[in-house]
Amino acid sequence: MNRLASRLPAIFEQHQKEILAEWLSSQLSGGGTARAGRIQESQLREESQRFLALLTQAIQHGVEFDTRSGQWADIREFLSELSRIRATQGFSPSQVATFVFSLKQPVFQRATDSLQSQSTLLSATLWEATIVLDALGLYTTELYQQARESVIARQQEELIELSTPVVQLWDGILALPLIGTLDSERTQVVMENLLERLVATGSSIAVIDITGVPTVDTLVAQHLLKTVAAAQLMGADCIISGIRPQIAQTIVHLGIDLSTVATKASLSDAFALALKRRGLTVARTNGG
Amino acid sequence: MGNEVEIYPVRSGEDVVKARQIVRSRAMDAGFSLVEQTKIVTAASELARNTVIYGGGGEMRIERVYQSPRRTGLRLVFEDKGPGIPDIDLALRDGYTTGNGLGLGLNGARKLSHEFDIQSKPGAGTRVTITRWK
Amino acid sequence: MDRVPILRLGDCLLVSIQVDMHDQLALTLQDDLTQRIVATRARAVLIDISALEMVDSFMGRMLGNIAAMSRILDAQTVVVGMRPAVAITLVELGLSLPGIRTALNVDAGLELLRPALDRTEPGNGE
Repeated sequence: MNRLASRLPAIFEQHQKEILAEWLSSQLSGGGTARAGRIQESQLREESQRFLALLTQAIQHGVEFDTRSGQWADIREFLSELSRIRATQGFSPSQVATFVFSLKQPVFQRATDSLQSQSTLLSATLWEATIVLDALGLYTTELYQQARESVIARQQEELIELSTPVVQLWDGILALPLIGTLDSERTQVVMENLLERLVATGSSIAVIDITGVPTVDTLVAQHLLKTVAAAQLMGADCIISGIRPQIAQTIVHLGIDLSTVATKASLSDAFALALKRRGLTVARTNGG
Repeated sequence: MGNEVEIYPVRSGEDVVKARQIVRSRAMDAGFSLVEQTKIVTAASELARNTVIYGGGGEMRIERVYQSPRRTGLRLVFEDKGPGIPDIDLALRDGYTTGNGLGLGLNGARKLSHEFDIQSKPGAGTRVTITRWK
Repeated sequence: MDRVPILRLGDCLLVSIQVDMHDQLALTLQDDLTQRIVATRARAVLIDISALEMVDSFMGRMLGNIAAMSRILDAQTVVVGMRPAVAITLVELGLSLPGIRTALNVDAGLELLRPALDRTEPGNGE
């Protein structure tokens, strides 16, 4: 691009104060994130000031925004942080993008005022402004998407952990009552968690109860078996309980080999076996 | 940042240890879970050892790869100019049954990776490429 | 060259692997242990791998060798403290560490070794 054909850097430098003032006022009044007072004016002012300063610097070398090269690094970081904050505050992606797009009006105005008699220069400048602000606005929506997705992913993980708690039945005996349909990913997370709890509590026996699991497919069964094998490698052992007749049939049909694992029909049978293995018995006391 | 390939020498026992540490660090940067990290570090350890012992020393190339904007992974390439492997299938089968170090290591790395590729010819050295996705 | 320290607790030898070992160090440990078992007439060997973030096929073989050699020298071996991520990876690798007994931690390991440690040989002076 012929650098002499555009006055964009000069416009930014010479009119920074006015551009900032107009931009802020349009954000605070009309559409945009500041509506309903969800963001403090002082915060918005600071963000806008910073963005303008970074943008002024970045366009010194051209307006082709790309997501990797060095001259845009600072502004990328700023937008990344901004999108992240807005995402956690629950703003919509278009509200975030409007932060950038609403800068067009004051910039166009300044360019038109300064260059009205030089139409070629004016159109080149307006065009450059459009290119760079469009690219940056779109970039914020991408960042916003990524930020929301990582929030959702984290919430999903927490949900998985909450819905499958590991319980200590007795000294050295843990129980993991699995409930609901198991998918491959959830099973892995849950099993890793069980192994960590074995170490943390110093328990040598884990009872995995699948009474609440309607179906078991090959993948889930494999995860279960791998978990049992891992526990055995670590020096602990597992007992699988709550295998209903249908699941037992599925297991046989799938050709899954459970010979290395102790299995019991009910959780209480499994608990009794676990106690026995630990050399404990339950005795009735007199009285009461 | 971007798509840079890092190259490290793998010529000694210490290099094998260093290779593990580098792979661990890059896997952490890529956001791999602890188990995923351990798997790729173990695979790297096997291949690095093979490179030193059977390949006469060589190098490890490591790079971040992207399958789509959201799917990222690590790709490792172990290359040496050693004697090469005459019969790869046999080595993989053999290592499995006889516990020969080279075959065991190759097999292990294969099981721990999502993608596994090996190029080797007698007299032309060996190149093993593994990829693990997050 | 640095070596992995071997501590003695009565008739039991304790090895705590703290560092990411290169192969040579592992082989040295095998040699050192074998010598110490004979020198101290140890009945038990406890290897603590709780600091290890990774166990590959070479390491697995080394542990197996130690267990086998100890048995020949009439000592029992227990490996303790394997991390879950390591165990999961070993299962994926298909390495079952045959002939190696494991326990969750040092206490559990010593429990397992109690029969070997309590045993007194006939003709063995007090």
